[in-house]
Amino acid sequence: MLRCDAIIKSPGNPRGEKGLGRNLMSTAAAKKPRPKYLSLSALLFEIRMPVTAWVSGMHRISGALLVFPLAAWLLYLLDMSLSSEQGYNHVRDVYFRHPLVKLGMIFFIWAYAHHFCAGIRFLLLDINKGIEKESAKTWAYVVFAASILITIYFGWRIW
Amino acid sequence: MVVNRVVVGAHYGLGNFIAQRVTALIMAVYSVIMLVVVMGGRPLSYAVWRDLFTQGWMRVATLLFAISLAWHAWIGIKEILIDYARPDSLRFALHVVFALVIAAYLGWTIQILWR
Repeated sequence: MLRCDAIIKSPGNPRGEKGLGRNLMSTAAAKKPRPKYLSLSALLFEIRMPVTAWVSGMHRISGALLVFPLAAWLLYLLDMSLSSEQGYNHVRDVYFRHPLVKLGMIFFIWAYAHHFCAGIRFLLLDINKGIEKESAKTWAYVVFAASILITIYFGWRIW
Repeated sequence: MVVNRVVVGAHYGLGNFIAQRVTALIMAVYSVIMLVVVMGGRPLSYAVWRDLFTQGWMRVATLLFAISLAWHAWIGIKEILIDYARPDSLRFALHVVFALVIAAYLGWTIQILWR
């Protein structure tokens, strides 16, 4: 122990780079359990993510849901509505009358609007627009507000 | 610090980065045009809807949108899977599944447009 201290603290070699001190330090660090905060509950209730992180996360989630299942659903609707006059009328008068279909459509509108608005913000960040901390936060709030307003407007139109 | 990077060949993800943004812009423009055409044009009926999608420019624009979507979605899905899907065998399986899903979307779109 004395020898080790001498190596670590010797002047001219403050980090103990002979190897011994370093090895002891790294094994001590390896034994100490490192805290992990990667659970969903920690993410939702313990860690307070900045609004910019929420925009980014929701961009991922909305993007994934747009790929599956929403794109498949929209293609199904496009296929049915263009197949024949009966198909078109069925979509409009039967299918779209169902409240669950309307809720699904409103969810699609939100996902598309959020992905669109957040994407525009990222494109602007790429060319250094709104890159400062405060404006980045402001525009993150604008993205959330705009996508919710778009959802309310088109949700009201289709209901 | 000197980093000896070979600019040609490995690409370091720059191709994906640019493709993600170019396809995003194409889809954004298409979305706005589609919204204007549907909301600003004649009231929708089957005839109006069918005529819209039988026009040459609309078919090409929609195909361009579908290709952009497929490319954009593939890059996005790959990034998400690389970040979260473990172990590697599961990630590989999901890569294959999503490649097939996206290819199927593209085929379905072409089938709908040129029926």
